[in-house]
Amino acid sequence: MFERRHLEQLGEARKVWDEGQVAKTLSRFPEQRPEFKTVSGLGVDRLYTPLDIAGQDYLRDLGFPGEYPFTRGVQPTMYRGRHWTMRQYAGFGTSAESNRRYKYLLEQGQTGLSVAFDLPTQIGYDSDSRMARGEVGRVGVAISSLEDMETLFEGIPLQQVSTSMTINAPAIVLLAMYVAVAEGQGADLRKLAGTIQNDILKEYAARGTYIFPPKPSMRLVTDSFAWCAQRLPDWNTISISGYHIREAGATAVQEVAFTLADAIAYVEAAIGAGLAVDDFGPRLSFFFNAHVDFCEEVAKFRAARRLWATIMRERFAAKHPRSMMLRFHTQTAGSTLTAQQPDNNIVRVTLQALAAVLGGTQSLHTNSRDEALALPSEESVRIALRTQQVIALESGVADTIDPLGGAYFIEALTDRIEAGAKGYIEAIDAMGGAVAAIERGFIQREIQDSAYRYQRDVEDGLRQVVGVNAYTVPEPAPKGLLRVDPAVETDQGRRLEALRRRRDGQAVARALAELEDAAGTDQNLMPPVLAAVKTYATLGEICDVLRRVFGEYKATV
Amino acid sequence: MPGRVIRVLIAKPGLDGHDRGAKVVSRALRDAGMEVVYTGLRQTPAQIAEAALEEDVDVVGLSLLSGAHGTLFPQVVTELRDRGLQDVLVVGGGVIPEDDVPALTVAGVHAVFGPGTPMSRIVEFITANVRARGD
Repeated sequence: MFERRHLEQLGEARKVWDEGQVAKTLSRFPEQRPEFKTVSGLGVDRLYTPLDIAGQDYLRDLGFPGEYPFTRGVQPTMYRGRHWTMRQYAGFGTSAESNRRYKYLLEQGQTGLSVAFDLPTQIGYDSDSRMARGEVGRVGVAISSLEDMETLFEGIPLQQVSTSMTINAPAIVLLAMYVAVAEGQGADLRKLAGTIQNDILKEYAARGTYIFPPKPSMRLVTDSFAWCAQRLPDWNTISISGYHIREAGATAVQEVAFTLADAIAYVEAAIGAGLAVDDFGPRLSFFFNAHVDFCEEVAKFRAARRLWATIMRERFAAKHPRSMMLRFHTQTAGSTLTAQQPDNNIVRVTLQALAAVLGGTQSLHTNSRDEALALPSEESVRIALRTQQVIALESGVADTIDPLGGAYFIEALTDRIEAGAKGYIEAIDAMGGAVAAIERGFIQREIQDSAYRYQRDVEDGLRQVVGVNAYTVPEPAPKGLLRVDPAVETDQGRRLEALRRRRDGQAVARALAELEDAAGTDQNLMPPVLAAVKTYATLGEICDVLRRVFGEYKATV
Repeated sequence: MPGRVIRVLIAKPGLDGHDRGAKVVSRALRDAGMEVVYTGLRQTPAQIAEAALEEDVDVVGLSLLSGAHGTLFPQVVTELRDRGLQDVLVVGGGVIPEDDVPALTVAGVHAVFGPGTPMSRIVEFITANVRARGD
């Protein structure tokens, strides 16, 4: 990108500066630390210049927004055309309570819904299961049947909103319920927009809500790809997630590497199931973390985009540009929020959200200040949403595309993160791919090592966290935290019992038997799941059938 | 203080999958010279107590970020007592509002370590409060 003569001159001038100005200053005022590192441990130099990106070729490595390799963004006009989708992850208690929260968020200017399910739902247990005790409605909404789903979206026209659902192991069941509600509203399925997370691999590696072993789980994923390609063309069939990998302690490089390694495994599985890469590739979407190290994060998003484009084109011979586009949702980093001086979290979230926007995200969740203490209160959620609105409307950063592109440091970091992630992906390939790497515990151990290193750095004072090991003050216990009413559990139980009495038991039994038969063959499971859901067979009943056929996964690392 | 190495069971009750804290604390305790057994995810209170009995531990550390601590922590204490393990030191950590701590203390949880707790403080607390078996 720079002329060689120019670079030589620059190199000489840099040497003069280092040995003159810099040395003189250092001799009188030493720097604060002997070395500087990003939060992920990448070394940071004093200054970046064209010398650090001398190998970069603008057209090859950066290109134009909306064009390969999409480093600067996936759309040609980015936020000048439309801001990112402001999508706050929400849900708690009963479907009726969550329905009220969704309507509130839509009234406040949120532009998409994001459903948080409680843990029993995420692991395929009904609210009245013994396994669900104490957990019903806690971290999300409890959905045990189509009836709950109908209540959840009552009065919200599904054809007009886009809905993201954080559901993985039983994703196919919750998708079927959503489709059934949409059909009931008379919506055109071809216009239904949204996302199911459906990313089972990171559950084994980092998030923990798995049910079945990897092989049948991957089959559920590819079944949903195939069914959606025919019936829900605008639906994102998966959100391949680095978010939880990062939250579990991974570095930025590991986040990109393990996410894309998982993505490669899904593409291979889908191709193995007979799908064409350009039929499902455009519907793959991603989900990343916006962590606290601002420049590193901006670079990470750019690096991930470029690397994925290359993988889809070179490795999988994708032809459709949309197959090569890494479209992603971002959430600010929950693990960086402090229980101490919680209002400071508003500032952290602002910085992280800004990094996500400067990194070109397609949608964004901003965490609430009180999330290290409890589920967010309504007031905290509103501040979090307003943070995005201030960035969008007031800061000016959305007015031009990739405003930090071309900054020497950002470009150098982008190159380094891409190279580091590539190295990991090669190592994972050599182990036989992401599934094998997870089965042998490689990815889990890498993440745990990073988590421990970070914690040690904080405790040794190498990392300072305001309110935790710097500028601490004595504080009273925080007030006004959101509490989930324990009665949710008994209410849900009563409603389920009534539903079981009211529904056509024979139709339920028939549908479950048909599902069991289908699960033993290689036919697509979406149609029998959809049929079962419509008889008001419960999530737990459907997952129990699949547990019988597929078995259950037990973690080893 | 027991005359031998302190044995700790770190457990994840309930369905919560957040185990970063459990794993980091396990490692810190090991580095401090303790023997640590980590149960893995999704353990029922009975399973945890059973593991504590089998592993002959001095300490049970419970980690929970889902909000179910009010239900599950006291159940673990009860299950431990049912097995004659009333001397085991029970500590907890995770996303636990301070207002909930008194009830947990009454239920028999000896200490609750919230987000941001230095690992060294957990080590110190255990070392100072663990009871020698047979006392």
